[in-house]
Amino acid sequence: MSSTRMPINAVRNFLSRSLSRRALARGLVGATAAVLIASASPVALAATPKDTLVLAWAIDDIITLDPAESFEISAGEIMGNTYDRLVRFDVADPSKLYGDVAESWAVSEDGKTYTFKLKPGLKFASGNPLTAEDVAFSLQRAVKLDLAPAFILTQFGLSKDNVEQKVRKIDDLTVVLETDKAYAPTFVLNCLTANVAAIVDKKLVLEHEKDGDLGNGWLKTNYAGSGPMKIRDWRANEILALERNDNYYGEKAKLPRVIYRHVKESATQRLLLEKGDVDIARNLTPEDLAAVEKNADIAITSRPKGTIYYISLNQKHPILSKPEVREAMKWLVDYDAIGETLIKGIGKIHQTFLPMGLLGAIDEKPYKLDVAKAKELLEKAGLKDGFSITMDVRQTQPVAGIAEAVQRTFAQAGIKMEIIPGDGKQTLTKYRARNHDLYIGQWGADYWDPHTNADTFARNPDNSDNAASKPLAWRNAWDIPELTKKADAAVLERDEAKRVEMYAELQRDLLKTSPFIIIYQMVETAGVRKNVQDFVLGATSDSTYVFKVSKN
Amino acid sequence: MAPGTARAGGRRRARLQATAMAIVRFLVVVALTYLGLLAVTFFIGRVIPVDPVLAIVGDRAPTHVVERVREELGLNLPLYQQFLIYIGKALSGDFGTSVLTSNPVMADIRRVFPATLELATLGTLIGTVLGVPLGVLAAVRRGSFLDQIVRVIGLVGYSVPIFWLGLMALLVFYARLGWVEGPGRIDVVYEYTVTPLTGILLIDTAMQGEWEAFRNVFGHLILPASLLGYFSMAYISRMTRSFMLTELGQEYVVAARAKGLSEGKIIWRHALRNALVPLVTVIALSYATLLEGSVLTETVFSWPGLGLYITDSLQNADMNAVLGGTIVVGSVFIGLNLLSDLLYRVLDPRTRAR
Repeated sequence: MSSTRMPINAVRNFLSRSLSRRALARGLVGATAAVLIASASPVALAATPKDTLVLAWAIDDIITLDPAESFEISAGEIMGNTYDRLVRFDVADPSKLYGDVAESWAVSEDGKTYTFKLKPGLKFASGNPLTAEDVAFSLQRAVKLDLAPAFILTQFGLSKDNVEQKVRKIDDLTVVLETDKAYAPTFVLNCLTANVAAIVDKKLVLEHEKDGDLGNGWLKTNYAGSGPMKIRDWRANEILALERNDNYYGEKAKLPRVIYRHVKESATQRLLLEKGDVDIARNLTPEDLAAVEKNADIAITSRPKGTIYYISLNQKHPILSKPEVREAMKWLVDYDAIGETLIKGIGKIHQTFLPMGLLGAIDEKPYKLDVAKAKELLEKAGLKDGFSITMDVRQTQPVAGIAEAVQRTFAQAGIKMEIIPGDGKQTLTKYRARNHDLYIGQWGADYWDPHTNADTFARNPDNSDNAASKPLAWRNAWDIPELTKKADAAVLERDEAKRVEMYAELQRDLLKTSPFIIIYQMVETAGVRKNVQDFVLGATSDSTYVFKVSKN
Repeated sequence: MAPGTARAGGRRRARLQATAMAIVRFLVVVALTYLGLLAVTFFIGRVIPVDPVLAIVGDRAPTHVVERVREELGLNLPLYQQFLIYIGKALSGDFGTSVLTSNPVMADIRRVFPATLELATLGTLIGTVLGVPLGVLAAVRRGSFLDQIVRVIGLVGYSVPIFWLGLMALLVFYARLGWVEGPGRIDVVYEYTVTPLTGILLIDTAMQGEWEAFRNVFGHLILPASLLGYFSMAYISRMTRSFMLTELGQEYVVAARAKGLSEGKIIWRHALRNALVPLVTVIALSYATLLEGSVLTETVFSWPGLGLYITDSLQNADMNAVLGGTIVVGSVFIGLNLLSDLLYRVLDPRTRAR
């Protein structure tokens, strides 16, 4: 025996986890589970406490609870329930805004100064008063820390050096924000709904400041907000507990406690849900959803999200950069079949780069599987006999399944595609270095404005290898000076109707010429026990409000 | 002073010296083992094609943030320099912070290791208590129906994926029959009634007299522990059987029979006693394997243990966490090795003489 077994074992586990053994086990489980559950009538029902909402969710993506740093999906939901911000958007109609701690706001004539009036008498969960001082501090702090989501604020010309002049308190209830250009007001306000603009308790945070970190080290695992719920406890990969905040200005949370349990496997989530040990299961696969749907005690709720799944073509590749090939590949995806099987219940076919729900999104789907048309295009490109190509695919569903489906339809036109399987971070590392041929991935809106996607799909200000900004267009080496100008103009258009029209045009341009084969928009689905009321999934991760939920 | 005692004193001193040398040699070996372990893990962790910065800042962060974080973490330095810095810090007791959990690595391990320890200990107990007698019986009645059954149980234990068996067990005993509690370590109701002291929930609940919670914890523990117990039983019973067969074929057994000792005495007092010597190593090894944490079992049962912690960290190139986990697993192996060596001495008089 030797102690060097460990790394070998870890690597083996790591491989078996992402590769075949697990997939095989899944298949077996699926089949047997179906038989067993069909014949099973659960005995005594376990129940969650009446005053606590219990959710099973894969929350292993949470790496920090500081709103100036947090950029992950599950963390987004926690931030949305525990921190207030100046404005929020309406969950029912995400293109409408309402004031959160702001009572009203006004934009100056020249379009560069935003003045916010706060609601009076606000308090943090700690008991400290919430004033313009805290609002200005929070925005300044996010810009100064300059962590992953900070660009949402710095894109209107805020920087470490100027933020104290650009964002400032006028009096206890008035805050002013100045931008460098006259942006579309919808754009600026939409950005302020993001978590990075959440308001933190200045006094509390600064009490825990260490080495000038503005309290970041402390806030990673603690709480300093004013939202309807407060964070009581977070144990990474295990549990996250929320508690009602009695100092909240608005309607108080219905339940005193909400507990997220980290459960990674869909099959395990389903068992817990059917047994009543959790009230809501958040990561059910299409198979488990179909099974749960038949259960009279469980309802299914779903909501299209701001995330789209796409295949992209690296334009450094001599064949993939031919316009005919780009178009041909769009005709070689069996959208209908994918929609009916692989993504049933968790996605809907969508082909433009703006997901539905964002301002200006259009729902045009010109492409369908048409092998003859694709062959014609390939012949025009001088590739009558097809070609060989690789695709980097992370081994999770439904992405792996879609890659296999595409591999089959590509073959019909003579394109031999080899799948290079990998772990999520591994394929992403390669993609970010522009070393792929084809890549399949997803993109989620960073904030609730069309510019978030236009910025990455339709802008590439510098296509050189050491560019300062590396959007998706850059990652695929797609050099588009004209489209970049159009996207830049759209974010400055102050007339909303005109702005909408500009985005429609951009989407049509990309549909035709881009190296992005957009396949579907993600739909988030949850299984909810019937005694749970008012659980509504939001369009973004930070607008799923568990504080509105009640149980009977 | 009589010449006899002087010689005895000299011998004692010589023996003391030899013991001291042995201890020093042992410590050197341990230190080298740790160093080798860390080096291998460190370099494997760095050659896997995953950018560790990605785990920290995510896919969306602008380039300048990515570069700044890379610099802050010292990832721009040559590999050997990064390794030396790590070793230097580790020697002063600083094992760094996990990027995935934002906690100091040792705090994380203090949280996840007890979960695995509790599960592995119970699993090994079950495996040993059942596996040893079964193996003995199979050896004694070699070729009998019982032997065949033990063989089949062993074979199934070897070949069925634990992932599948775990879900099946949950379906039957939790979902359908309701005999045991479901995935997780404790029901939400008891979650905040027990203050974590040792992290081993059976002990914590018992110490605080929370007997209802104790029952709940046991209900959560019993299924995954039985499952792990089953797998280690399969291994232990096979090994016991083959050790026993060797012993039963020895001349001293024939001699004992000729002396007229009862068959029971021969098997349990004489043959098993001798078979126990190698068996201790087998059991220690199987315990150590369980203490590494079983990723698949931990996944199915939502068990926040060491296996999942290390795997998740490795997938995200969260090297501080991986190295911290490696140290723990290494210590477990070294500790159990030492323990089985000591037990050898107790069980086998010959090693004592040497």
